[in-house]
Amino acid sequence: MKEFELRSGRLIDPRVSIIYTLIFSIIIALSSNMLVAVVGLISSIILTILIAINIAMILRRLLIVNIFILILWLILPFSTPGPIIFSIGGLKASMSGVSYALLISLKSNAIVITAISLLSSGGIFNLVRALSDLRIPDKLIYIFFLFYRYTYVLFSEYETIKQGLKIRGFEPKTSFHTYRTYGYVLGALLLKGYERSEKIHRAMLCRGFEGKYRLLDHFRIGPNDLIAIFMMALNIIILLLLQWNRLI
Amino acid sequence: MEQINLINLKGVCFGYPQRPDLLSDLDFTLNFQERVGIIGPNGCGKTTLLYIIMGLIKPRRGEVEIFGKTRREEGDFKEVRKKIGFLFQNSDDQLFCPSVKEEVAFGPLNFGVNKEMVQKIVADTLARVGLSGFEPRTPYSLSGGEKRRLALATIFAMNPEVLLLDEPTIGLDEETVIRIKEILKSPGLSYIIVSQNRLFLKELTDIQYTINNGKIKRIE
Repeated sequence: MKEFELRSGRLIDPRVSIIYTLIFSIIIALSSNMLVAVVGLISSIILTILIAINIAMILRRLLIVNIFILILWLILPFSTPGPIIFSIGGLKASMSGVSYALLISLKSNAIVITAISLLSSGGIFNLVRALSDLRIPDKLIYIFFLFYRYTYVLFSEYETIKQGLKIRGFEPKTSFHTYRTYGYVLGALLLKGYERSEKIHRAMLCRGFEGKYRLLDHFRIGPNDLIAIFMMALNIIILLLLQWNRLI
Repeated sequence: MEQINLINLKGVCFGYPQRPDLLSDLDFTLNFQERVGIIGPNGCGKTTLLYIIMGLIKPRRGEVEIFGKTRREEGDFKEVRKKIGFLFQNSDDQLFCPSVKEEVAFGPLNFGVNKEMVQKIVADTLARVGLSGFEPRTPYSLSGGEKRRLALATIFAMNPEVLLLDEPTIGLDEETVIRIKEILKSPGLSYIIVSQNRLFLKELTDIQYTINNGKIKRIE
């Protein structure tokens, strides 16, 4: 939690971050050009270094993403038709399969690195505020914010229940008793979540909530943001030119 | 402001489905600058009574008259909620904003107070409950006592004419209880406190009631 609060300070206007992440992700995701993917990845790494946020945290999250990508590497080279470059046992790996897997790895890492370093560095409230300033419908913002806010609450509720199970000597086994107990836990969580949401709704009504989140602070574009906007725009232009083969 | 009769419940009946009536034919009055305590066993309907006053649940029968007007529809309760501050039993149910500052500002902003004024209200109310300097913190990272004081601040920020406090001291340490007592002792407040703590009620309220079998009775 402490870390979370410290990170609430901002480096780049979150509105700029959101828009950039969106445009960048769309370009990278839609491109099947290897050069665009490579430049995209390099630019996302440069961005992370410039923002200088917790590199260890980024690596930890990247690891999770890359576990999925590893699975692609196990399947794609052997299932895509094309000229064969090597074979293991009876399995033949094709050139196009390898390059396809490589492209996906580069693209997904570029997008994830950019999203993590820009979006998770500003803290949730800056993000909520920025979304509201960008005229995103309020209902979507609440869903996003309340989902984030109450995931913690439900999780800690789950931890409490789990401890309750432990002190009564519960040990998960492959048995009907275990499955039934987990069923009960899930049911209890569902009910608690529902009840909690009702209470929060009441609390909001008591304070005059009429379906609209009113915000106290708004963002102003500062000199740092202008530099960031310039660099981000430049990067996007480079990526687009590469995509259309105009640069080299 | 100088209404004598702030809250007036007449013949209120309420029950949850498939259970005997929690409140049956209940009459209750809160006068201006009256400080009322309600005590009673768990599940006797104390919190339900507060919910009915706030319009969060509707009685099956009976009349709810607040600030001289009969309140029936959801819209009737808008004014009620503006003027009556309700402290929930569990502060986690009450705090939902991303920062302490926005938590306190939520009510005043909903009621259309302008932003400069809100900034001032936030600073003043946080000072009143001893949470100055907590503005950027996240409410869910606060301690139990701090949460309760923040919940109080969110209510005071709306400058209510009446307070409804549901178990305001439950689970709090002595020091926090003393703090809350001091806040409640400021002159001119009208409030209803629901509590299991007889001594606390004796100290802070003029009249005590108990709810039993759906009826409210004054404790002499």
